[in-house]
Amino acid sequence: MNTLFDKIWDAHVVSQLEDGPSQLYIDRLYCHEVTTAQAFTGLRERGLKCFRPEQIYCMPDHNIPTHDQDKPIEDEVGRKQVATLEQNAKDFGLSYFGMNDKRNGIIHVVGPERGLSLPGMTIVCGDSHTSTHGAMGAVAFGIGTSEVEMVLASQCVLQAKPKSMRINIEGELGKGVTPKDVALYIMSQMSTSGATGYFVEYAGSTVRNMTMEGRLTLSNLTIEMGARGGFIAPDEVTFAYLKGREHAPKGEAWEKAVAYWKTLRSGEDAVFDREITFYAKDIEPMVTYGTNPGMGMGISQHIPSLESVEASSRASFQKSLGYMGFQAGESLLGKKVDYVFCGSCTNGRIEDFRAFASLVKGKKKAPNVTCWLVPGSWMVDQQIREEGLDKVLEEAGFVLRQPGCSACLAMNDDKIPAGKLSVSTSNRNFEGRQGPGARTILASPLVAAASAVTGVITDPRTML
Amino acid sequence: MKQKFDIIVSRCVPLPLENVDTDQIIPARFLKATDKEGFGENLFRDWRYDKEGNPVKEFVLNDPTYSGCVLVAGKNFGSGSSREHAAWAIAGYGFRVVVSSFFADIHKNNELNNFVLPVVVSEPFLARLFASIDENPKMEVKVDLPNQTITNLATGESEQFEINAYKKECLMKGYDDIDYLLSKKNLIEDYESKREQTWK
Repeated sequence: MNTLFDKIWDAHVVSQLEDGPSQLYIDRLYCHEVTTAQAFTGLRERGLKCFRPEQIYCMPDHNIPTHDQDKPIEDEVGRKQVATLEQNAKDFGLSYFGMNDKRNGIIHVVGPERGLSLPGMTIVCGDSHTSTHGAMGAVAFGIGTSEVEMVLASQCVLQAKPKSMRINIEGELGKGVTPKDVALYIMSQMSTSGATGYFVEYAGSTVRNMTMEGRLTLSNLTIEMGARGGFIAPDEVTFAYLKGREHAPKGEAWEKAVAYWKTLRSGEDAVFDREITFYAKDIEPMVTYGTNPGMGMGISQHIPSLESVEASSRASFQKSLGYMGFQAGESLLGKKVDYVFCGSCTNGRIEDFRAFASLVKGKKKAPNVTCWLVPGSWMVDQQIREEGLDKVLEEAGFVLRQPGCSACLAMNDDKIPAGKLSVSTSNRNFEGRQGPGARTILASPLVAAASAVTGVITDPRTML
Repeated sequence: MKQKFDIIVSRCVPLPLENVDTDQIIPARFLKATDKEGFGENLFRDWRYDKEGNPVKEFVLNDPTYSGCVLVAGKNFGSGSSREHAAWAIAGYGFRVVVSSFFADIHKNNELNNFVLPVVVSEPFLARLFASIDENPKMEVKVDLPNQTITNLATGESEQFEINAYKKECLMKGYDDIDYLLSKKNLIEDYESKREQTWK
């Protein structure tokens, strides 16, 4: 009761179905090419228009190549999917940031950086990582294509109200420990289903001291513990980030908005269905060893023994280690790395490239490692160049690619080959996620950078 | 996809793995279609076929011992991506019910929106159901939506399952959320005009 989640959710309930879901009003719908075509087809079949086209923004990100974006996409099916989104945006009168538009990028990077995702909003997209936008102080969650169609048709979805959970993280993060490590740590404690049915508010001094980019990383990964979304009450960090951004309110409207946003916090008397506290001092740089993001551990730790795993979970645990080619009980430090991927809606922002560049500065990429550095958007790419990070990376033997989702889910050409081990800053280490047979270790940009330089899994704290 | 739902009696296809994610249900490289057809062919693609595209004999969908329109899976089924293609693949293959002790949220909604019924059972019920199937692959379950019960017909064990009244009615009558929302346009416009005054 009286949580920030209640405040935002309740303010958006148009009606409540008896023994059923809420009819929830949606302020912002984002559309990418993979999960919307069938929704637009549904609209056409019913002879409908978009109900509130001005609240909907479309951009392709999953399929687009990370090189030669000025040329047509080679893959015919991917090209058609992108063209379909462009046509749908045009036919239904929606804003479209296409492949050669400097506003393009990964939808969850672009929304916040353009000031489209604002505190107090409800935000949805046919993509589970919509939870990212929660960092702005919004209730943001992923939906399926049928639900995209609902929003296109009525600007509403029918959703049962989730329970509320507050996760407090207290204390100062150690050297080389990043928001990504915080998220991987929480997941390792919570498992991939530990927060299913909940909406998470992140609070505590560690979170307050995070930059906007760090908060976006933390919120982004909320879905990986099963929660639909996670958010952070807006504060001065949020307002400073948003001020002057393209679509953020301006002038008098800005003042009014900030005054309203300042009211967006859980009451002192707020009661959560569940509340958990973690401590920054317990968190070290993290790596995953299995095939779901909850299978993570501190980089100095060893993979759990089979006996320590619950009996009912052992078959899945063994299948997972079998796929990764790892043994129960072993350390991952020193394992040879074939690929490093830095990018995605999780870690494709300017701060991630600053971290990566800071570690590789004056060093050289290991010859055995293929490294894909993929900015999350053209705006991030521009920042990288303005700050001269491109030069630092180039001198260390790294090449910047063009923005997109890339190897996070390998829908474009950026596929990790079968059997190869990749240290990735993305969000999922599922079997085949980065390409059929690819083996993924999730980690922070610092762990990725350290491993890219040494060619083996490396604790970045030894290099800072 | 709009199929009316009532009582189903069927054999089961067992998948006793936990945390089956949507990338396993339908890998990303098969998400490029712009319609809803054909996803069933690639359901569990990388477990079902080897690199050369030959069926993996041991995988349950390739094992003629098992059949039926009820998939029985380990806990936390459908975690990961929001891709509705996973539900289209399950429906397209011919499954009408998925039984598990726990479902990921988004995927559960996606199943319901495609007239596939997710049935949440207790861990012991699930364990005994796997055991019954193991003992006799021809055993059947009865899924009774009107009464919200699932019965293991081999043992007679029965359990209630939850579904909200609204969604139940949708499934039984074969209508969807958009039909409902379109009937509420006036409410939406009222909401917008009221909010205009408080937000700005």
